[in-house]
Amino acid sequence: MSDTITNILLVGVGGQGILLASEILSEAFMLAGFDVKKSEIHGMSQRGGSVVSHVRYGKEVHSPIVPEGEGDILFGFELMETYRYLPLLRKGGTVVANDLRISPPSVLLGQASYPDDLPDRIRALFPDFLLVDGQHLAAEAGNVRAANTVLLGAVAKQLDIPDECWHKALERMVPPKALDVNRKAFQLGRAL
Amino acid sequence: MKEILSGNEAIARGAFEAGVKVASAYPGTPSTEILENIVNYKEIDASWAPNEKVALEVAIGASFGGGRSIACMKHVGVNVAADPLFTLSYTGVGGGLVLVVADDPEMHSSQDEQDSRNYARFAKVPMLEPADSQECKDFTRLAFEISEQFDTPVMLRSCTRISHGKSIVELGEPATGLPTPKLVKNPAKLVMLPGNARVRHPFVEERLLKLADYGRTAAVNRVEMRDTELGIVTAGVSYQYVREVFPNASVLKLGMVYPLPMDLIREFASKVTKLIVVEELDAFIEDQVKAAGISVTGKEAIPLCGELTPGRLRAAFGIPGAPQVTVENLPGRPPNMCPGCPHRGVFFTLNQLKAYVTGDIGCYTLGFMPPLNAMDTCVCMGASISSASGIVRVLSDEEKKKVVAVIGDSTFLHTGVNSLMEMAYNKAPATVVILDNRITAMTGRQDNPASGWTLMDDSTNAVDLVQLCTALGIRHVRVVDPLDLDQTRAALQEEMNRPEPSVIITNRPCVLVKREGVFQKGLVLSVDQDHCTGCKACLKIGCPAIEWIPAPDGKKGKAKIDPLLCNGCDVCRQLCKFNAIGRAQ
Ligand code: SF4
Ligand code: SF4
Repeated sequence: MSDTITNILLVGVGGQGILLASEILSEAFMLAGFDVKKSEIHGMSQRGGSVVSHVRYGKEVHSPIVPEGEGDILFGFELMETYRYLPLLRKGGTVVANDLRISPPSVLLGQASYPDDLPDRIRALFPDFLLVDGQHLAAEAGNVRAANTVLLGAVAKQLDIPDECWHKALERMVPPKALDVNRKAFQLGRAL
Repeated sequence: MKEILSGNEAIARGAFEAGVKVASAYPGTPSTEILENIVNYKEIDASWAPNEKVALEVAIGASFGGGRSIACMKHVGVNVAADPLFTLSYTGVGGGLVLVVADDPEMHSSQDEQDSRNYARFAKVPMLEPADSQECKDFTRLAFEISEQFDTPVMLRSCTRISHGKSIVELGEPATGLPTPKLVKNPAKLVMLPGNARVRHPFVEERLLKLADYGRTAAVNRVEMRDTELGIVTAGVSYQYVREVFPNASVLKLGMVYPLPMDLIREFASKVTKLIVVEELDAFIEDQVKAAGISVTGKEAIPLCGELTPGRLRAAFGIPGAPQVTVENLPGRPPNMCPGCPHRGVFFTLNQLKAYVTGDIGCYTLGFMPPLNAMDTCVCMGASISSASGIVRVLSDEEKKKVVAVIGDSTFLHTGVNSLMEMAYNKAPATVVILDNRITAMTGRQDNPASGWTLMDDSTNAVDLVQLCTALGIRHVRVVDPLDLDQTRAALQEEMNRPEPSVIITNRPCVLVKREGVFQKGLVLSVDQDHCTGCKACLKIGCPAIEWIPAPDGKKGKAKIDPLLCNGCDVCRQLCKFNAIGRAQ
């Protein structure tokens, strides 16, 4: 095992299921034999605020938060939040984001507007940016709410973790009755 | 067996492995999940207390009976529990007693940033500080051993990044052979009258010396010699940032942050060329090291405010970090009350009535945000009522009428009840609104003495708030439906005009309470686009489900309700003068 640490950031809006997704990721890394650390903020920010979860894995991980500018993969559940956290990424890092817009209060009230060119702005900084139609693919898998797992599949494609670790992690973290849909959603994401 | 656990889960596991009998807490971010996980270990009697002082006192009782016990709280909770803590330091313990405190550097979810290490020093009790989840579990077990060995309560300090960070933990077997709890009479040690307490104080001082000596050799404080150019004294999560930013430096990693093992620090200092202390918040270690005559750098470089990150640590010592891209400013995304939250109608009305609102700690603190803008003060739990009681004493009769205190059910039972007692007693003519949503919502829906359920999920007595307020001496107590704006407004107007203390209790549960819904599912509202005139009246309640859609010409627009977000509380419909809002088809 090399000494490098892989830094993953999951960003979005409180209530989008970011915690669960980062939990599945961490579980898969542990099952693959890595040291893992994960960190996020609970409480106030869960009420619809902006959230970021840090997951790091490697031979030995110290800090539970990703050092600024050293993120390898940014995993966006919502477009505006994806753009907001780009400074945490290293140059040439990977961005995978769900094609979803959730308006913050100032936009809801008509005092600000939601920028419509975010995918272009992201692509200008990170040319390999992958925009995923998570909602649509999740519906195909059987439940729109499985969009997180579609994205997870898309991210898994970028990581060198044995398949069985992903499957076991899903099995452990997803409630049994949602498992089939989530497995399918994961595969759809992975096939992108 | 290995598992990925958060620091809070690991502390719970440590309590189980240590054979803890009783656990008590008041929920507070970032400490809440400790009890929520302890409840999974059926061997432990776990319960919510109405406040942190009571939680600690429950643990003290269990300890005096010979059982190991744990009390958990966030940093500001120790302020509430400080009274018993300081005397507990004198009495010492029966069964081991651990007080877990979770600090919140950066105030992710708190009203201040206090550094709880000062409490350990102030109360003269030892404090352990873990640096990851494995240490959370190990140090919890160790804390009980230290507690019994030195006859002292032990504080275990976590912080947001430890409590809510997850890392791999090797699980262990629970301790065996602990003594069976029983009553032991020892008034000389447990009755802290002046005569007895005077005898105990020298014991407390001696205990600190013994603990410092223990820390000199104990494995909890660890020296890692690498390059001797730079030596770093650090503890807790800061240790992890130090390892990240200065991988080659020698490190003295303190697991016991009070009392400090000054001999060990001196020895370490003598082996390195340059010594620095890396710690979050106060210069707690640094000041003591300096006072011992050891020269050291720390807070000249590292900020006193906010949490440390690898980046901030690099910046402090001028180490270049990775280049970062810059992005243009975006609209912010602050937290917001949920769609259908029963508090929204109350704050809307308070704003309309131009009330001066003394606020408190909970979800409803968000009532200060635009467009509701209906909170003028917020200090600490319970302070809404007492500060209303105070402010009316300096105002003219006309202005007095504007003062309204708002407080949640959980916060009211926490310490608000004492404040209301004062208000009734001294006849302060302010209005109190108890926002009873039947839950402690902000920390994640914990039950409280008014909700009718225990932490173990058993049904129990529910405090009758009307009777309680009446018993305190409030003559005008009424219950209103906060989703009925006319009713809410009429009640508020009437009580605000009354030159006497009065209480209004709102009666709708939090939308996240699973046991009882505010409304039946499926009753979603929608805006009839033909009738919507674009008056923006419905936007004034700031419901996240209502969005303003500007017209293409940029002049006028219309409101739209997101059917996936709307919880059907019906408040927006009452605001629309054009009957454009109705039940969705
Ligand atoms: S969690 Fe409950 S109390 Fe808090 S904002 Fe949402 S509905 Fe209101
Ligand atoms: S009824 Fe109106 S105010 Fe209530 S949740 Fe739905 S959109 Fe929001």
